[in-house]
Amino acid sequence: MDKIPILRMGRFLLVTIQVDLYDRLALNLESDLVQMVSKTGASGVLIDISALSIVDSFMGRILGNIGSMSKIMDAETVVVGMQPAVAITLIELGLELKGVHTALNVEKGMQLLQNKMGLIAENEEETG
Amino acid sequence: MIVVLNKENMLIVKEQDVVLFRNRVKEYAVKIGMGLVNQTKLITAASELVRNMIKYASGGSILIEVVSKGRENGIRLTFRDQGPGIPNIPQAMKDGFTTGKSLGLGLPGAKRLVSEFDIKSIVGEGTTVSIIKWKNG
Repeated sequence: MDKIPILRMGRFLLVTIQVDLYDRLALNLESDLVQMVSKTGASGVLIDISALSIVDSFMGRILGNIGSMSKIMDAETVVVGMQPAVAITLIELGLELKGVHTALNVEKGMQLLQNKMGLIAENEEETG
Repeated sequence: MIVVLNKENMLIVKEQDVVLFRNRVKEYAVKIGMGLVNQTKLITAASELVRNMIKYASGGSILIEVVSKGRENGIRLTFRDQGPGIPNIPQAMKDGFTTGKSLGLGLPGAKRLVSEFDIKSIVGEGTTVSIIKWKNG
């Protein structure tokens, strides 16, 4: 059975999707990720889709689901590396990927997550 | 008039067939020199339609054709299934309508992504969807 590996990097989980996904694989990734967030207490999830040549409505929904599920588990999700042709197609298809943050590449995505963590820590200091 | 230059039939029975099918469509699109954005639109539309076929009709067959009209070349895909059929096509073509649990973007989204879109369905007999993406369309 194929499986998408989930790497742990400090407080974040890192997923690089390197194969073309069929629906079962995407659904497994969704549940594996949410379980990993719960198990590791990760505060951020970074999903690299630079190797995906298409994102259709199903995959878009999975990405959105991962974002919302992680959110209620107290983790932010950022999707990085979307190919320009995929972005054009997604919008024309009618999918806006609400609920997930996006960044141009892994580096910028990591920065975004770290900034978010930093902001939260600052707020906690102020209120606490 | 549309002339068929090359054709191939594919059977879709399981989810993994979708990946093979998408790769096949990509090969044909690359062969006729279709640009990356149009390739992506065509494959995404194809992916939506093949999912419907698996989900609602447990599979079917797809005819992949390289077609030409005047100076324009393109890819035509015809999805045939023997599923339950669609009783109300105008409703199924509306954004956000679904009888499953999806987003309801499949059919209307696929239509927006291709150059020509045609759907025929007979309740109890099945559904046929035909799309064309012109190389520069």
